[in-house]
Amino acid sequence: MISAALQQNQKNSIAITHPQWLPICQRSDLVNNSGVCALWGDTCTKSVETANPTGKIVAKKSIALFFLPDQKQQLYAVDNWDPIAQAGVIARGMIAELEGELTVASPLYKHHFRLIDGVCMEDSSIRLATYPMAINRDTVYIDCNKIQ
Amino acid sequence: MTKNAEKKKLIVIGNGMVGHHFLEQLTSRQQHPHFEVTIFCAESRPAYDRVHLSEYFAGCTAEDLALGNIEQYRQWGSEVRLNDTIVEIDRENKTVTATSGISHPYDQIILATGSYPFVPPIPGHQQERCFVYRTLEDLDAIHAAAAISKSGVVIGGGLLGLEAANALKALGLETHVVEFAPGLMATQLNDGGSALLREKIEALGVRVHTNTVTELIEGVNGQLRMQFKGGCELLTDMIIFSAGIRPRDQLAKACGLQTGERGGIVIDSSCRTSDPNIFAIGECALYEERIFGLVAPGYAMARTAVAQLLGEKEYFLGADMSTKLKLLGVQVGSIGDAHGRSEGAAAITFVDEQSGVYKRMITNADGKKLLGAVLVGDTGEYDTLLQYHLNDIELPEHPEQLILPATDGATPALGAAALPASATVCSCHNVSKGQIVDVVAEGCHTLVEVKDVTKASTGCGGCAALLKNIVDEELAALGMEVNNHLCAHFSFSRQELFHIIRVEEIKTFTELLDKHGAGHGCEICKPTVASILASLWNEHILEQSHVGLQDTNDTFMANMQKNGSYSVVPRIPGGEITPEKLIVIGEVAKRYNLYTKITGGQRIDLFGARLEQLPEIWSELIDAGFETGHAYGKSLRTVKSCVGSTWCRFGVQDSVSMALHIENRYKGLRSPHKIKMAVSGCTRECAEAQSKDVGVIATDKGWNLFVCGNGGMRPRHADLFATDLDDSTLIRYIDRFLMFYVRTADKLQRTSVWLENLDGGLNYLREVIIDDKLGVCTELEAQMAHVVGTYQCEWKSAINDPEKLKRFRQFVNSDETDDKIVFVKERGQPRPATVEEIVETAESA
Repeated sequence: MISAALQQNQKNSIAITHPQWLPICQRSDLVNNSGVCALWGDTCTKSVETANPTGKIVAKKSIALFFLPDQKQQLYAVDNWDPIAQAGVIARGMIAELEGELTVASPLYKHHFRLIDGVCMEDSSIRLATYPMAINRDTVYIDCNKIQ
Repeated sequence: MTKNAEKKKLIVIGNGMVGHHFLEQLTSRQQHPHFEVTIFCAESRPAYDRVHLSEYFAGCTAEDLALGNIEQYRQWGSEVRLNDTIVEIDRENKTVTATSGISHPYDQIILATGSYPFVPPIPGHQQERCFVYRTLEDLDAIHAAAAISKSGVVIGGGLLGLEAANALKALGLETHVVEFAPGLMATQLNDGGSALLREKIEALGVRVHTNTVTELIEGVNGQLRMQFKGGCELLTDMIIFSAGIRPRDQLAKACGLQTGERGGIVIDSSCRTSDPNIFAIGECALYEERIFGLVAPGYAMARTAVAQLLGEKEYFLGADMSTKLKLLGVQVGSIGDAHGRSEGAAAITFVDEQSGVYKRMITNADGKKLLGAVLVGDTGEYDTLLQYHLNDIELPEHPEQLILPATDGATPALGAAALPASATVCSCHNVSKGQIVDVVAEGCHTLVEVKDVTKASTGCGGCAALLKNIVDEELAALGMEVNNHLCAHFSFSRQELFHIIRVEEIKTFTELLDKHGAGHGCEICKPTVASILASLWNEHILEQSHVGLQDTNDTFMANMQKNGSYSVVPRIPGGEITPEKLIVIGEVAKRYNLYTKITGGQRIDLFGARLEQLPEIWSELIDAGFETGHAYGKSLRTVKSCVGSTWCRFGVQDSVSMALHIENRYKGLRSPHKIKMAVSGCTRECAEAQSKDVGVIATDKGWNLFVCGNGGMRPRHADLFATDLDDSTLIRYIDRFLMFYVRTADKLQRTSVWLENLDGGLNYLREVIIDDKLGVCTELEAQMAHVVGTYQCEWKSAINDPEKLKRFRQFVNSDETDDKIVFVKERGQPRPATVEEIVETAESA
């Protein structure tokens, strides 16, 4: 059922036929040109489908979702935990273009993390995990195979 | 052998500006470990700024004027003895004796005894209500006498005399200046300049009597009657003698040091007196038959003396006595040979009687070198002319162009590039062009940094424009583009963007970026533009189009703390709060387990709120009548106040009502940076208004307005902007001031730094705000009226809007809370747990 819906392949969505793509939130939860935070893991609540077909037990994770409606890639997902500031605040950072790259500036100490791969621009040894995301119609999907 | 015994015993006699500078120099050369320094100071307080003495009447306090303090001297390893002076120097046994009776051995002595005011021996000059103008005590006495006087006379029409006249006038007295010479400021000005100065001063209501010799002063019915040669007389309530200074050389004379015929301790170019172990510096010293009564040459002597003590070959070879100042509001400048007395001197004079400007250049016979100049009414060319004179630079083909008004805006101002490296740029701190060039090359790339490192332009500030030119030119020469572009996405300064947004009526960031920017924007340009949009159009900051532009604090209208939780600050205007509201704050804090702390701005900060709790907390606060305090925004924070005349026995105005009025007027104004204000009910200044961006201090006639103060990392004392304002004028000036700042400041620039970088400084600001020089005041007021009229409590609007509230969810897909935010108790209140504490909690759970 899910795959049927996804195959309609609207603009900016990708053809998702594999069962690891699971819904994480609604499109209306996203904020244009800004970030929100979603929870993922085995205690995830009723509002979304959480069954994990891979059978892995997934620890709770906060994921920052950034929605850039005017970009080629509209949706980015990185860890919400800022390892430098030691706080879960990345989703509340501002989207900033730095040296031609799209980044999020963490609100506490303003380190920039590249949206595409999570690498910290000020210290490339630090990297946030990133997650493949997809939007289809009103639902936002995450590739649960990539959640460690 | 103790270490002390190896130290040389140095006695410094006198702790005025020059004596203080000597100690500063000695310390900056790290010499204090090698000298055991004892300072004798005849006055009851350590050195203070005598150059700006008159500001004492304009609201400056003794602390403001203070240069040295005992604690600092101690840190420098010097002992200072106040109210104690040396009465005898025994050169044979190398000891000095103080009034306290103590005798001290010495290795070397620095005489920095300064000068005393000359009081002509007119019969009756010792009457009560006859004063001199030299120390803070003198000013206190003058102030007290002026309070019960209607008129006052200054004897002496020189530089200091006119200062004193200015003070009497400011104290509200009918003011006379009596001068025996034919003109005012006879030393610095020629006849033409002097005549114009007189005209201008008389136009201000000061009565000038030249060619007038006082023969007798006598008390008549509680007044003073002055009788002049020729039979005229004048009745007055008080007299100030300001007829020049005399070097304080008695001590030197008594111990047999060589002194000049008309006073002054003779020194050579090493600043040594006739006894090589005794130096003399400042106004007590006589070098080549000359006394140097300005602070810059005094400082130069102090530096020479220090260098000589260290065995270096630095010499004092006389000094330039050029000077630029504002007397009774009239700009006056005098350079070099102002009278044209040099052989073969030729003059070029420009007079504009209409606007009251007099300019005169003295050149050598072939018109190639500038020997001197006189400027009255407009000293705009002073810096350029001074550089020509000091550096012996060849004048342009038509030197008259230098003083003629520019017809096409092309005054041939001397470019910084034309100056040799040796040219002195800042004479107060003896900074040469070469030094400035060096620090720029070493990496100081802003004016503020250069000032910090070199101290240039931090004295009288007269060289500010020239300094900026040199720095700009050097940066350009280093291949650095001197630009104030906002960031990589906009090739405009904040001020230019403000103008573009206003003129083109741009309402969104996207529109601005499309039309005038490049790329996608960043965390620098987004909030800056958001702030400009808010200053101009004042839409809610959480409107769809503005959402992505705000810093997290603005987005969530609270201040993020280190663990990702927020603090909440309700507005408490003027720091006034009812018991009922206090209880509500307490109850809210208890209910949500918040840490409470009183802020420096007289309000209460509630810490530890989780993102999702903010709307609930605010809905309770709003129900109780609170509004947002904008603690998260670059906007007006608080208006601090004292209780004022309502309760305080010293208060002269109702400072709380004024603070409430001001806070309620400007709350919500978005600006380049945060704005803090304060209102004090009397000159005791309990609200600390002089450390705020806008400070208001009550006087018995109204309000004094101070601007551009700052506390924090770079404290700056606010400048007195206008005095004795009535309520409506005060508000009008603040309206204009704030909007002018909002319009012209750079990104994240506080008012203090803004003013320091404003060409023309405080005077220019006064011209814009008070005299409406730019003709923009109506517009500034209208713009402020718009902001005031469209104010909304951002939180009140937000809690009534479900769309806006959606953002206040920790997780968009879950009701769980962030388990990484953990609090522990300390002193009965919550605080964020440390990383170790969080690990422990997780393990025990």
